[in-house]
Amino acid sequence: MSNNNSYLSNYFHRNGRALGSIGYFVLLMVIFLVGAPEAWIRPNLHQSVFVMMPTLIFLTIPLVFLVASGEIDLSFASTYAVAAYVFALLVKNGVDPAICLVLGIFTGAAIGALVGTLIVVFRLSSLVASLGVLFLLRGVILLLSNSRSITIMEIDSHWIYPLLVGNFYGFPMQIFWAAIFVIFCYYFFNKHVFGIHIQHVGDNSVSAEQMGINVNAVKIKAFMFVGIGSAIGGIFTTMITYTFFPTQGFGYLLLALAAVFVGGTPYWGGLGTIIGAVFGVGIIAYMEIGIIAIGWSGEWRQFFNGLIILLALLGHRLHGERVR
Amino acid sequence: MENIIELDNVTKRFGGITALNKASLKVTRGEVVGLIGDNGAGKSTLIKTLVGVYSPDEGDILIRGKKVNAWNALKARESGIETVFQDRALTPQQSIVKNIFMGKELRYPFGFIKEKEQIFEANRLIREIGFTSKLINAESPVGNLSGGERQGVAIARAIYNKAELIVLDEPTNNLSLNETQKVFDFVLNVKKSNRSVLFIGHNIYHVYDISDRFVILDRGEVVHQLNKNDISTPEELMKIMRDTIGAH
Repeated sequence: MSNNNSYLSNYFHRNGRALGSIGYFVLLMVIFLVGAPEAWIRPNLHQSVFVMMPTLIFLTIPLVFLVASGEIDLSFASTYAVAAYVFALLVKNGVDPAICLVLGIFTGAAIGALVGTLIVVFRLSSLVASLGVLFLLRGVILLLSNSRSITIMEIDSHWIYPLLVGNFYGFPMQIFWAAIFVIFCYYFFNKHVFGIHIQHVGDNSVSAEQMGINVNAVKIKAFMFVGIGSAIGGIFTTMITYTFFPTQGFGYLLLALAAVFVGGTPYWGGLGTIIGAVFGVGIIAYMEIGIIAIGWSGEWRQFFNGLIILLALLGHRLHGERVR
Repeated sequence: MENIIELDNVTKRFGGITALNKASLKVTRGEVVGLIGDNGAGKSTLIKTLVGVYSPDEGDILIRGKKVNAWNALKARESGIETVFQDRALTPQQSIVKNIFMGKELRYPFGFIKEKEQIFEANRLIREIGFTSKLINAESPVGNLSGGERQGVAIARAIYNKAELIVLDEPTNNLSLNETQKVFDFVLNVKKSNRSVLFIGHNIYHVYDISDRFVILDRGEVVHQLNKNDISTPEELMKIMRDTIGAH
């Protein structure tokens, strides 16, 4: 019996945070369903959510890795636009879109590596330094693009369009790519040496270093992964809308961060949950779209976003404080 | 006798402070060396340099007679040196199994972890160490363990990796008599299997009981080395220690 208890308590130690965010998601669904059943059964509401969720997933899940490593990055919202700019500019100049995609993602990884190196080598506060990079990169894009958007209708006829963002029996293809990304990240975080080292480093970097883990390298890789995720998100959005616009990505800054924490990943490092983050994204996406769908004015959206972040944080406190 | 590790005139500075000054020390196969010295004598710096956490500013480190370059913690572990640090070097929010395999995970190709094998080995090790509570298994978080149990996890790590040299930094601090005895038994077992131990301690009686040879450190310098045969009581060792430190 006591053995069962210990397995049960270990199970909750590992999965409690993910289960918590699944609980909030279900609760939100029930509230919407009871509050506005006629809006809730309309398929176009869920379709809107499905269009928004993949982008938010590409941004949020890599942030779980980074937050678990004990760091934070705000600059991803600008990296998103830089990668999209590189992609759109090259497509416009006649480069094969598949190559543009690879170069765009590479740009994201390179920016992540630079931001990570800057923060790790000079021991800067990741919050403040990445805030600086957020503005700096946005300024660079505005200057380079002359604040003009780039339209790339030609992408429509290339094979990567239907493959990445086309329609599959009514479902946007990016849903499938996001699902594959989630599965990959789940294993990468929980069963791969990269994710395990991230958890050790975020938990106690001195111990990790004493055990021979290269703490700086682990952190820089986590920043790179955030850069890659942002680039994928930015490029996908540009393809869906056929347009790069220089302010894109800014709107996702706070939403993606909210999704990480609502999803149950604590801010202090060492722990993180991929499944929780997916439901965090679900909560944020349904809040964004659901409030409008049930006929409330947009002014309520931010209010409820704020409320749900606070309620979720209070709820996740039940999983306890940081153990030292 | 083969030298497992040798520090040759190693100096380590932090800013303007010389924490280690031309320190030389060797550990041969199958011996237990006790490192003693007052607070601030440089014991911690010496250990951390020896196991690759710090890199020396001057001097050489030799592993089995061969000089090594760019010495770091990973290289030390790969050379068969495991350390039970004073702070245990654990990550308390992670499970026992993750802690035992930290930095040396059992891997499939491409870096995926052999999770089942690790859990099996960790459960075997915690039984070997003597964890009796049924509430604790390999997947329990380390943060829920007592001080002695955490020490057990740190030691299990060294056991699993079958290190040729195990460095124990103040291993009996804050432990009960029973737990201290377990640490002693562990040291004797390591010695019996012809492997070596470097034992750092405040408690002269503990160090005296367990060691074959003593190294006295003062203000970053190795000031005296003697064999257990040279003395007959811990009090004698204490007197020698006081005299050398005073004379130095």
